[in-house]
Amino acid sequence: MAEATATFEVRRHGPAGVVDIRGDVTAGSEDVLMSAYEEAGDVRSIVLNFTELSYMNSGGIGLLVTLLVRVNRRSQSLLAFGLSEHYRQIFELTRLDEAVGIHDTEPDALAAAGAT
Amino acid sequence: MSDVNEKAAARDATNWAKKVSTLNVSEVPEGAVAINVEGKRLASPIQGFGKMWQKTYQVRLPRERVSPEDLIVTWKQRFPEFWPKGNSFYAPLTGIEPGEVALIGMTLPGKMKLSTGVMVLYADEESFTLMTPQGHMFAGWITFSAIERDGQTVAQAQVLMRASDPIFEMGLTMGGHRQEDRFWNQTLTALATDFGAPLAPVETQVVCVDKKRQWSKWRNVWHSSAIRSTIYTMGAPARGVKRAFRGKDAVA
Repeated sequence: MAEATATFEVRRHGPAGVVDIRGDVTAGSEDVLMSAYEEAGDVRSIVLNFTELSYMNSGGIGLLVTLLVRVNRRSQSLLAFGLSEHYRQIFELTRLDEAVGIHDTEPDALAAAGAT
Repeated sequence: MSDVNEKAAARDATNWAKKVSTLNVSEVPEGAVAINVEGKRLASPIQGFGKMWQKTYQVRLPRERVSPEDLIVTWKQRFPEFWPKGNSFYAPLTGIEPGEVALIGMTLPGKMKLSTGVMVLYADEESFTLMTPQGHMFAGWITFSAIERDGQTVAQAQVLMRASDPIFEMGLTMGGHRQEDRFWNQTLTALATDFGAPLAPVETQVVCVDKKRQWSKWRNVWHSSAIRSTIYTMGAPARGVKRAFRGKDAVA
């Protein structure tokens, strides 16, 4: 498996688990992303913070689809904020935006997650 | 903007396809059919119907024969040559470049012809990804990549998919998955043969990512490339007669 080039730190905000993403997200990030997801535990929503994302390739987008399946299996919701205009367009192109709630800021995402 | 950010922004712009709402086929090569691609939206596994699968096919090649970077260059340049016989990949004139659309002609069991296509979603020096349109057999993408591991070059094709609609789901369950495994096995064997390793075994790993079928997506059958290709083929004699009459009119 390719080397992980991103870190995922988890913060808890009431019923939401915020995952701060830093670095390059690729297929090699699978283990660290899924560990972060498990660490978030029994929350109602997973909120991905892309503010410090450097880069994401198609393997990274594939990981998000896999994460989405796990989130849906636990009847949780998946939200995101801090996406650059470029990655917003990638979410639209790959139609991830139809399943992931996209917000401009952390307060917006947390409000949507019912965590404020 | 820092150097790091500038580099990342440049990678973003170069490697990813630009956003499109529907696919546009700029040129239809002789023998290809664009009816199941032109004007269609892309479809990720989220939009598919069937169970979600991740299938990984790998072949190991001696590093001294080819580096991962050179392998990807060759794979991109000569992609159609490695496809199994009876199937056609009409590569875009500009090659495997982000945003380009390629048409595909496939032969299914019973000699049924199916016309479909893909868009190049992503391409860099280590990998490239093809994404399917609505109506394709499956909704998802295939990533082709190469890495160096234990002194060998590992070429990989990885499919993340759901069958597009109930009919394709049934087809995949009744032998379609086996056929797909054979297809990518033959492709990787052809690639390995080209690099002088015809006996290199292809390793296959299949993971069911989601056992649930998305019944809300059954309407995808409206776009089915199988149904539309069949109707198109059945209409061939009528189109021939029409063309002949048009020709006569032109002579008169």
